[in-house]
Amino acid sequence: MNMTYPLLSVLIFLPLAGAIVVMLLPRNNPQLARGLTLVWTIIEFALSLPLFFSFDETTAAMQFTEHTSWFPELGISYNLGIDGLSMLLVLLTTFLTVICVLASWDAIKDKVKEYFISFLILEAALVGALCALDLILFYIFWELMLVPMYLLIGVWGGPRRIYAAIKFFLFTMAGSVLMLLAIMALYFHYGAESGSYTFNVLELYKANIPLKMQYWLFAAFALSFAIKVPMFPFHTWLPDAHTEAPTAGSVILAGVMLKMGTYGFMRFAVPLFPQAAFAAAPIISILALIGIVYGAIMCIMQSDLKRLIAYSSVSHLGYVMLGLFAFNMQGLEGGIYQMLNHGISTGGLFLAVGMIYERRHTRMISEFGGLARTMPKFAVFFLIITLSSIALPGTNGFVGEFLILLGTFRDNVTFGVIATTGVVLGAVYMLWMFQRVMYGEIKKEENLKLKDVSKREATILVLIVFFIFFMGLYSQPFFKKMDVSATNYLQYIHAKAEVPAVPVKAP
Amino acid sequence: MVVQIPEMDFGWIIPEIVVTVFAIATLLLTLFRKKNGTWLLVEAMPLIGAILALYYTFQLWNGNLDIFNNLYTIDNFGTFFKGLVLVILILVTLLSYRYVDREDMVRGEYYALLLFGTLGMMIMVSSNNFITIFIGLELMSISIYILCGLMGGNAKSVEASLKYFLLGAFATAFLLYGIALIYGTTGMLDIREVAGYVNSGRFMVTPTFMAGLALLIVGFGFKTASVPFHMWTPDVYEGAPTSITAYMATGVKAAAFGAFLRVLFTAFHPFFPGWTVMLWILAVATMTLGNLTALRQNDVKRMLAYSSIAHAGYILIAMTVGDRTLSSTVLYYLLVYSFMTIGAFAVIIILGRKDFPNTAIESYAGLAGRHPVIAAAMAVFLLSLAGVPPLAGFMGKFYVLTDAIRAGYYWLAVIGVLNSVVAAYYYLRVIMYMYFKEPETEIGIPDISLGSTLAIAISVVAVFYLGIFPRLLLMIAHKSANIFM
Repeated sequence: MNMTYPLLSVLIFLPLAGAIVVMLLPRNNPQLARGLTLVWTIIEFALSLPLFFSFDETTAAMQFTEHTSWFPELGISYNLGIDGLSMLLVLLTTFLTVICVLASWDAIKDKVKEYFISFLILEAALVGALCALDLILFYIFWELMLVPMYLLIGVWGGPRRIYAAIKFFLFTMAGSVLMLLAIMALYFHYGAESGSYTFNVLELYKANIPLKMQYWLFAAFALSFAIKVPMFPFHTWLPDAHTEAPTAGSVILAGVMLKMGTYGFMRFAVPLFPQAAFAAAPIISILALIGIVYGAIMCIMQSDLKRLIAYSSVSHLGYVMLGLFAFNMQGLEGGIYQMLNHGISTGGLFLAVGMIYERRHTRMISEFGGLARTMPKFAVFFLIITLSSIALPGTNGFVGEFLILLGTFRDNVTFGVIATTGVVLGAVYMLWMFQRVMYGEIKKEENLKLKDVSKREATILVLIVFFIFFMGLYSQPFFKKMDVSATNYLQYIHAKAEVPAVPVKAP
Repeated sequence: MVVQIPEMDFGWIIPEIVVTVFAIATLLLTLFRKKNGTWLLVEAMPLIGAILALYYTFQLWNGNLDIFNNLYTIDNFGTFFKGLVLVILILVTLLSYRYVDREDMVRGEYYALLLFGTLGMMIMVSSNNFITIFIGLELMSISIYILCGLMGGNAKSVEASLKYFLLGAFATAFLLYGIALIYGTTGMLDIREVAGYVNSGRFMVTPTFMAGLALLIVGFGFKTASVPFHMWTPDVYEGAPTSITAYMATGVKAAAFGAFLRVLFTAFHPFFPGWTVMLWILAVATMTLGNLTALRQNDVKRMLAYSSIAHAGYILIAMTVGDRTLSSTVLYYLLVYSFMTIGAFAVIIILGRKDFPNTAIESYAGLAGRHPVIAAAMAVFLLSLAGVPPLAGFMGKFYVLTDAIRAGYYWLAVIGVLNSVVAAYYYLRVIMYMYFKEPETEIGIPDISLGSTLAIAISVVAVFYLGIFPRLLLMIAHKSANIFM
């Protein structure tokens, strides 16, 4: 790897610089702000491509690393790096941000500058959290992403946006502050044990933590990530946040932000406290199963399209969690793949709903019906995205879900059977929704005059559909990137979980 | 007995002398000012005085000696606090200019009292002698009793002044009584001598001594606005002129915590098991009550009063831990807290009008649409107060919690972070009004002046700087706290 410039830092700070530039633009020219942000995010995406192409898939070590001391006395450092587990998520972030900017082109008419500033800051925080290898640095980005998202929901959201925004902020913050305490406890434990006080995750992996302490710390980390995922029963903020957020906000929320939770389990909670993670795996798997089935049943009953997709996220993220906590290769890789898929498909669904919302200013399923007649092109795209969400073979969703189910069956047959019922339910609610919206007679007069997709909208949908098929039919390159890291990760946690933990010292 | 004062000693109190001279000059210039003449000279006095004193304070760094027969002490701890209260004085002076004018306060006295109050704070934090600490405290308190009531004709302001005076006098009595009891049992007034005596083995813990300690904690608890000695705070903070509220919430608190820390960590550190329990309860009560009450406020100024109570609670966490090496956390927290609080009060000031303070939360509705820069600055201060990284408030809280975890006070830390979630709600509520709501009332053009702009700008920069690059100042705070080793 011939690194000449600090690529990850550039990826984090470029959007921040963009935010400052957009801030300085004149207020009376929203088109300029849109255009500039679009160009800026495309450059960001282009710059992130080398991550994929010059990624060394033969090593599980961190790549593109950067290390600068920040507060050496406390062991806080500016420490970045990615491996096969996080690289694709970074790309997903930069990709979806471009899509989001495109999707917000006409939808956002008010305070355009501020909107794009928030988006750029959000992108920086997301990329930063994915690349950070220092717990404090991670925590800073993790918390920082709340502020722009809070503003996105609260300023540009729907009628109940204020409630949703505050609920979102408080839920996530409540989880993360306890994680902060756990980070400190881990820091002091490792410092006392090894004599070196550091927040470097790779270093902290080596810590030998007594089992009882592992339970507490894992619980604190898990709570924080579980709220973000969101796992049942911490999911209640999600339907509100999704429903009220503007389209692009929902896309980035579902596409990337929820993945922060699952990523957090993968990078921090599990490898730092493997024994506790293995002990908690049945509980987490059961919660994930409840999430899958409960989310699906809730979907069937929803009358609001966005709320329906929000609950489907709860269900889909349940699969991801199930895969990650099967602790085998299929489950893990399927889980990671499903994270990407969910970003693309659910993102796509939100975009599609956003498009019809822009035309009709309602999201009630009962307001639609027969749209396929007036919007034939749209119908095709929407159908493909819907099928990908159901995980039809040939689409990306199938690959991920199949692997997860395979992994789950290997781990626990009962879990596998229950999870499979979720697949059936998924087909039920998605197809039924599609049928009610797109087929049948046109009952409402407003629906007769709807315009089909514009060029801009078509571009967005083509990009999404391209990835749906590409990732569905030719998943090899993606798995090749994560294979070594995933193998190494599993070996590591299995080895570490089998070593008996240091017994609890007598006081 | 002839008491000799070496002339050399005066060289070490130049900052105090500067402040005194400028305070007197302010009064004299007011007196000899031509009718209808300019106020410029009078108004320049506190600013020049503070900057000059700050300059000389920097010269004292690493100076370490006792002067005036041990009645006064120069050490890094005192120097740090002197620097802090002088910075606070500069910021408060800056944001006072237009405000004093607008509210028709008596100018000469206002600035002179600000200087005298600061002098009191400086004396309070640089002595190891109970009597000197007490004199400083009184000088500070009396100046502020008057400052609170300077908004002549405003009933709330007068009420604030009277309330603060009555309760303050009561608390002073507690403090003095505590000092008397300790003097009675040990025969000493120098806190290092008390510490030496306590450690010497000749000392027997008596109920009288412990009662003295308890009374001292009550006295300082009052000045730092800790629950349950906080009753005066909301009314006084709300009624006092906003600039003075900012001054009280930062300067008085900083000085009181400074003296409190010195007394507790020097003389009474051997009794750590005794007072840690007391402070634990104080910390939890202060945070929780401050935050829960702030939730219910619809007046931003009053909300900030309760929030300042809650922040005293976080500082008390660091003191409860009682680790001498960690007392730098208190210093750092006070520093970051001062900037974000003064910034927030400065925004409140510029949004007000004569007779229309516009402190109701509804007045903030839609602020972001009309005055995006002011709203953004306010949002920065509020988010920092809420402890959102990468702002200074987060770093402050981070160190406080680190201390608690390191010393094994897990429950205290958990209560602390849960409190910060509660706090996030009411800070966000103001942001919500500014950004998410449409304006309901007309508040007119904000009363922006050069001074307040400068104060806000300095605070914003400081909040970012201390949040992202905390190292330098934390190291300075650490050095300052070395006196306890």
